[in-house]
Amino acid sequence: MIGVGKIKHYTNLLEKPLSRGRQEVSLSAFAFLFSELVQYNQTQVDNIAELERRLEDAGYAVGARVLELLCHREKVADSLEKGTEHEDEYMISEKELLVNRFISIPKDMGAFNCGAFVAGIVKGVLDSAGFPAVVTAHFVPMEGQQRPRTTILIKFAEEVLRREARLG
Amino acid sequence: MAAIYSLFIINKSGGLIFYKDYGSAGRMDTNDSLRLASLWHSMHAISQQLSPTTGCSGIELLQADTFDLHCFQSLTGTKFFVVCEPGTLHMEALLKVIYELYTDYVLKNPFYEMEMPIRCELFDLNLSQAIQKDRVALLGR
Repeated sequence: MIGVGKIKHYTNLLEKPLSRGRQEVSLSAFAFLFSELVQYNQTQVDNIAELERRLEDAGYAVGARVLELLCHREKVADSLEKGTEHEDEYMISEKELLVNRFISIPKDMGAFNCGAFVAGIVKGVLDSAGFPAVVTAHFVPMEGQQRPRTTILIKFAEEVLRREARLG
Repeated sequence: MAAIYSLFIINKSGGLIFYKDYGSAGRMDTNDSLRLASLWHSMHAISQQLSPTTGCSGIELLQADTFDLHCFQSLTGTKFFVVCEPGTLHMEALLKVIYELYTDYVLKNPFYEMEMPIRCELFDLNLSQAIQKDRVALLGR
């Protein structure tokens, strides 16, 4: 089973847990917990947009708390791009988002993406850091690849852009 | 290298939850595949009872003139079986790999309902990779 009993060797000092000893969480345990989170929320809603919003809310709380920890570490996404069409849009792309690793979206759920949880985390981090933004997760088909990648789209609030422009 | 004809997964009550055809003979009729699955489920259960050895876990290999049927039953009662050309190697290992894919891409998927037919894109994708002939040959090492 993927994620069972694997000892991770950190090549990057910044990725190491802060405290000593084995601190990593089994990927399986995480996958089951996340699966349960999605299943529970599914019983509480009657449409997909609502489910997406609830996942985002769950992620928001994580993001707001995890910001402090992130100040100590660094995780490089597969790519971070600036939107070409709009000044205020940024995109974080991941080939295989951790939360989507084992998840297949049924055909009848359309463009629903469990990455909404991750989008919520990003929104929580940005909001707490003083960069209010609207963050959404989307599947983007990749040429020559069977699986679409997930793009986290960040749309900053107007005030952020104005402030940044003023600060130069 | 010998060929795999088809793969079946049946739940603990004998219902067919996954069926895939790899042979060139064309897909079996849906009713026939369901019938075959529940028939195998019953035969497997009967074989356990009839076996002279105590603690028998049922048929693992059925050899016929035109095919071999390898069966793997998990501790929870889910059965995985492949029908393949006589003498195909590494089928036990392949079934273990398929069981692993099932635990990863089916059971960890929040949209899958237990004991129901498997419709998971990632499972299909990883399965077709695992079943490729050169991958199966590697299992013997």
